[in-house]
Order: sequence, then C-alpha cells, then structure tokens
Amino acid sequence: MAETLLLARGLCKSFGALRASDDIDFDLKEGETHAVIGPNGAGKTTFIGQLSGDLRPDTGTIRFAGDDVTALGAPARARKGFARSFQITSIYREFTALDNVALAVQAHAGHSFRFWRKAREESALREPARRMLEEVGLGARADVLAANLAHGEQRQLEVAMALATAPRLLLLDEPVAGMGGDESRRMVAFLAKLKGRQSIILVEHDMDAVFSLADRISVLVYGRIIATGTPGEIRANADVRSAYLGEDAQ
Amino acid sequence: MTFGLVFEQLLNGVQFGVTLFLMAAGLTLVFGIMNMVNLAHGSLYMVGAYLAVAATNWTGNFALGAVLGLTGALLVGMVVEVVALRTLYERDHLDQVLATFGLILFFNELVAILWGRAALYTSLPTWLQGHVELFTGSRYPVYRGLVIVVGLLVALALWYIVTRTRIGMLIRAGASNRSMVAALGVNIRFLYTAVFGFGAALAGLAGLMAGPIYSVQPGMGELILIQVLVVIVIGGIGSIRGALVGALVVGIVDTLGRAFLKPLMGAIISPTAAEAAGPALASMLIYLMMAVVLAVRPEGLFPSRGG
Amino acid sequence: MPGRARVTFWAAMIVLLVLLPPVVAALKQPFYLDLMRRVMIFAIAAVSLNLILGYGGMVSFGHAAYLGIGGYAVGILAFYGVNSGWLQWPLAIGASALVALAIGAVSIRTSGIYFIMITLAFTQMLYYLGVSLEMFGGDDGMRIKTRSQFSGLVDLADPVVFYYLVLTLMLGSLYLVHRLVNSRFGMVLRAAKSNEGRSRALGFSPYLYRLAAFVIAGALCGLAGALLANHTAYITPDFMHWTRSGEIMFMVILGGIATGAGPLLGAVALLVVETVLAGWTEHWQVILGPLLILSVIFFRRGLAGALPGARDG
Repeated sequence: MAETLLLARGLCKSFGALRASDDIDFDLKEGETHAVIGPNGAGKTTFIGQLSGDLRPDTGTIRFAGDDVTALGAPARARKGFARSFQITSIYREFTALDNVALAVQAHAGHSFRFWRKAREESALREPARRMLEEVGLGARADVLAANLAHGEQRQLEVAMALATAPRLLLLDEPVAGMGGDESRRMVAFLAKLKGRQSIILVEHDMDAVFSLADRISVLVYGRIIATGTPGEIRANADVRSAYLGEDAQ
Repeated sequence: MTFGLVFEQLLNGVQFGVTLFLMAAGLTLVFGIMNMVNLAHGSLYMVGAYLAVAATNWTGNFALGAVLGLTGALLVGMVVEVVALRTLYERDHLDQVLATFGLILFFNELVAILWGRAALYTSLPTWLQGHVELFTGSRYPVYRGLVIVVGLLVALALWYIVTRTRIGMLIRAGASNRSMVAALGVNIRFLYTAVFGFGAALAGLAGLMAGPIYSVQPGMGELILIQVLVVIVIGGIGSIRGALVGALVVGIVDTLGRAFLKPLMGAIISPTAAEAAGPALASMLIYLMMAVVLAVRPEGLFPSRGG
Repeated sequence: MPGRARVTFWAAMIVLLVLLPPVVAALKQPFYLDLMRRVMIFAIAAVSLNLILGYGGMVSFGHAAYLGIGGYAVGILAFYGVNSGWLQWPLAIGASALVALAIGAVSIRTSGIYFIMITLAFTQMLYYLGVSLEMFGGDDGMRIKTRSQFSGLVDLADPVVFYYLVLTLMLGSLYLVHRLVNSRFGMVLRAAKSNEGRSRALGFSPYLYRLAAFVIAGALCGLAGALLANHTAYITPDFMHWTRSGEIMFMVILGGIATGAGPLLGAVALLVVETVLAGWTEHWQVILGPLLILSVIFFRRGLAGALPGARDG
C-alpha cells in the first residue's frame, strides 16, 4: 500500500460571495499520478493555488509527508519538495534555457548568499542543468534565450525546471495547454516516463493526456469534488458524465 | 499649554489635513485608475497658486482671481495629460517617475522665469482678514477657517460623486479593475483626461488656498508632495476614504508634533536635549508613523486595488 | 564577439580616464579635471543604484540619502576634529549600511508604486533631519575645513592625486558590482526581478536577497558621499534632496539599465549636459526637464545599448 504523500482536508476558499473551493478533500499517494479535471470556472486554479502555497485556504488543512504545511508559503513548500509548472508559461524570458534550469538547480543547492564566483561558471549548477535539458529534449537549445524558444519548447523548459529541483511532488497545471498534436504527444510520452518515479498532481483539459497518464482522477465542479476514482470508474460515473464529460474539451 | 492653544493647533492640523486631502484625492485617483505615478502633481498645486495670485493682481478681485486660477490649473492639467503623459500609461513606473520628474524641473523653472525666484506674498481682501471667536475664548483666523470649510465641503462632494453617481461608480470600478472598465466600452481616453483634469483642479484649489497661508515660490509643490505621498501610503492607493483619513491624521499629527513635541520633551527629558532633538523628531514624526503603518498593513488602511 | 568588444571598450575607457589629468594640465583647463572627478563620484552612486534598480528591479527614489549620510559622516567627524579618513570613511560606509538596513527592512515588504513612494518619503525625512540640525549648518550646510587625512599616504587636497583615487575607487566599484550580479546572489536578484512568481515557486524567498542588495548599494553610495564631501569640501542637506535621487536615477536610465558601463556613461552624459546647459542660461532646468522627458519617451535602451562592449554586465 503506497504512502499518502499529500493530504488536503476541508479546503474552503471564498472570494467575496464566490465559493471557489467548497470543502475539498484530496489526497495523493507516493508515486501515483492523480489528475484533476473539471469544466472551466470549476475552481481548478484556486485549488492548485492552495496546494502550491500561493493562496491561503480560509479553512482546511494540507499535510505533506505528515507535516502540516497549511501555513507555509510557496517558497517554503518548494524547499520541502514541491515543484510546479504554471498554466501560463512562467520562465525567465531574458535568460537562456540553460540559465533557467541552472537557477532551478541553484534554488535547491543551499543558500545563495555567495557573492563572488560567477554562477555561470559553476559546474555544480551547469552540469545537472545540461543533463536535465537533454532529458526533456532541449539539449540543443541550451544557449537560446528562453523568449526565443517556441511555445512548446518553453513548456518543456518549465517542466525541466520543475524536475531540476529534484521534487517529491510535481504540480502540473495544464502542461499541454496550447500545444499542437505532435508536441502534446511528445509531452505526454515524456510525462508517462515519469510515472511511478514521481508523484504527480495533474490538472488538465486534454482528455487523451488525462486518461493515458492518470492512476486516479478527481472531478472538480463548482468548487466541489464530485467524484474520485480510477479512469474506468470516472468514465462510467453518471454524475461526471452529465456534469462534465458531455462538454469534452478536446 | 492651555486647552485653547491646543485646540487652535488642532484646527491648524485640520486645515493642513484638508489641504493634504485635496492633493491626495487627485493623486490617488490617478494612481488607482490610470496606474500612473505622477510626481508632477505638486507642480499643479504650484500652478494653481501662481495663476490665482496673477489673476488676483490683474483683476483686483480675490474671488475672481481664485476662480481664474482654478480654471487655469484645470486647463494646464489637461494639456499636460494630452501632450506629455498619455504615452506613459503603458510604461512602467520607473519611466513615469522619471518623466514626471522632468516635468517638475520644467515647471519650477518656468515659474521662476515668469515670476522670479523670490516668494510671492498675497494679501487677503478685507472680508477674509480678521478672526473669529472660538468657544475656547481664543481667536482663529477667518481665512484658515474658510479653508477648512471649503475642504470639508469638497470632501463631502467627492464622497457624493464617488458613491452616488454613475461616473463615481466608474471611478471606483476603475480603481479596482481597470481592464474591466475598458472592456465595458467606456471611452477610456476621455475618462482618463477627465480624471486627470479633475485631480489637477483639486491640486490647483489646494494651491490657491494655501498661497496666502504658506508662501508662493518655485518648488512649493514638492514640499507638500512628499507629505501627500505619506498620506496615500497610509490611506491606501485608490481610496478617497483612505485619502481623507490619512490626510487628517497626517495633518494633525504633523502640526501638533511641531507645536508641542519640543515643550513636551523639555518637560519630560531636559530643555537642552529638547532644543536639539525636538524639531528633528517633530519633522520625522509622520514618516515614522508611515513606517509603523507599513509594518502592520503594507497595503494601507483602506486599500482598494484589486485587479 | 562580445568578450572582445567588452575588453576593448573598457581598455579604451580606462586609458582615456588615466590620461585625462596630464592632457588637462597641458591644455591648462583644470575645470575638466574637477568635472570628471565629479562625474566619477556620481558614477559610483549610479552603479550602486544600478545594482538594486537595474538588476534588482527595485525603483528606489531615495538613494541620495546615502550620499548625504556618507557626506555628513565625514563632515560631522571633521567638525569634531576627527580628520582621519581611516575613521571617517568606514563610518560613512557603515552608517549608510545601517540606515539602508533599517529603511530596506520596512520598504522591501512593499513593491511597485508603494516602494517608490516609501523610499522617497524616507529620503525626504532624512533631508528634513539634516535641515533641522542647526549645529551642522542646518539648511545652509557647513564647510569642511580639512579634507580626510590618510596618514600622509594620499593627499586629497592635490586635485590630481584625488582624481586618481576616485578613478581607482570607481573602477573597483564597477568591478565589484560586476562580480555581484554574476554570482549566485546576483542571479537570484535578477531572477526575482525577471519573474517573481517563478522564483518563489522554485524556492527562493526574494526578501532577504533584496535587502542584502539594498544594504550593499547603500554602503557603496555612502562611500560616494564621503568622496563628494571631500570633493566639494562642503556638506549640505541638498546631498540627500530627492531631486538628487532623481538625477542619479536618470544617470542609470540614460546610461542603460543593467549594463556594465551604463552608470558611467549616464553620469558623463547627464553631468556634461547639465554643465553645457548651465553655461548657456541660468534657467537651464527649463530645457533639461523636457529633454529628460523626451529621453524617457524615446530613448529606451540607453547609451550603453548603442556602444559595443558597453552592454555586458
């Protein structure tokens, strides 16, 4: 029986009169890929924000590997082993791809109050970064400015940065958003290689990606989780079909 | 330190606060709605003061001079917005700061060219000179009382406009979510010019009323601008209510501090120490207050920015 | 090749600056020696601001405060008969660092418009403090009768010796900031400016790094203040007037944000323009103002963007 890595209980978050998260219970087991799907406006972004530490739940708790992390902000959670990719690509546009990943490596290489040695000449940062770029298929683009990468390459870069932090938990917010057919298949294949080795929470609209990657799926509608189960169970679930699968996004 | 003296200084504090409010209201609206740092707001204060003095000397009539000065400030504000500031709305705050800084240099020097560097003193018409008897038994200048009354009336009018009218609704909506207002199809350019002109008029009003109390000279705008910034930081950007509360607090604390801190310190510590440290501490008082507010509530007391 | 261009640029720059005193002496134009010394002192202030503003994205409108603190440290000690530069200058730097720590600790919790206004307000507070210190001349300031003494090693009263000292310190400052912004520390600072959300998601908490940068910048500007006090042999609260802050910011922008040579080029440009305009008319600010506005609107990349080799940080 796999260990529970992340346990969220009773998450509630309101913005004025809008209940974006309504008493959400959610858990992630070690090594599993747990996808979160739901129609637009269901509150997925708010949910992810509370898991990542960017938003504080009004009530509810989040436990990570047994520790209560509810009060921790995003940087603290990242240092505990959270890594995320953003729905809208969030990278360092003025830096090269290699610089980007090297920064991710640096974030987990102790404190950065080192004032003299040039970071770009530190092999302890550059080598792991280069390897990670190779692994995601961007090895040849290492010295290209991130702003000049293609959209799909930028999203690959973002995943590379997340992985470079040697995370215990990966939060992927719509990793194939905006990608064409070939690109998204490549990304899905890459994510499939991570299955089992990483514990992943995957928020996605792309049903092909979700059903091929997920071990479990939770369905979020109007801020509530209406169903959690294996892909087969979810596909067969009548509530889910009526609430969501009727308006298949892809 | 009699009660009468304290009350008189309290009134002075309210009068100063009201002046600060007129400045802060315009500035915070421009910050909140156009997301623009306008350091040249103090220049509009100065322009109002100078135009009023010039108009009064030209027409021989104080009230007429005030009206002309106010109109002049409004026009100058709108011209400046259209000519120089329009391009800056999309730019980052650094560019806005630097460009409006250039405007300050320009206006200060322009005013020096036209009227010289020496301070201009305005004389009040007879109907505004003189004092009123206060219930405390002391006398208070009629003019300062008038400034307080006018300022509070403007505050009331602003409150009414902002909370009860359609344009006020647009302003409040704009202060918290600019792009939504634009998406609603409102003519943004006109709204911006109108808001900016209105803010300029308020600043000009503050300036022309302040002229007879303080002096009219190049650079007078910057002296008060910093204090206006303190008001806005304490009150919260984009909030008229915050501007009023912040302005009154800053005005009263600053005035009372300057009047009473030295004697208070002299009584508690020692007269010689108070002599040296008193004025210094009094001038730093509002900034220390700002630091405390920031430590506790970095967004200010009544923040209104949302989107 | 960027590396080649950069070496060439700096070599040329250094040669020009080193050769200036003899050339000026030969042409019998000591004014230019004074001017360039002033330019280089402000270049130190500008490079310190470039660290936090250009690379760190912190629009501090209060940087002139540290010119004042550094200058007053020298002036006040001289007033009490302590003329030793060995005591004065470290105190100038240390006091600036402490004040930067205090102001930064409060201000850096904010950002955007708030940060600009708060740094501006704190600087003005220090200005008023300076004005209220009657003992040290208040509004008018005071003369410094003896320049900082360095046990006879360096005579600051000698214009040429002082010039070379300033030149050395300026080159040192430029190099220091260059190493800082390329170190791990500098990378965090620049990353936080580039994308704060991504930085936090990676695990960086920008606050402490920004505060450290703010303190370093303040300290370096304090050194510039000590130099300026010796240059003018006079200190006034105007050292820390907010318009002085604006001038330094302009030097950084005009020269080119986050560039290696920007601060120096900007200082040269602004001070030379001011000097030329002041020669034409006493109302030179009425021309400078619109010039600055135009430069902001149209001239975005700064001078360093146009000169090969000057851009690289």
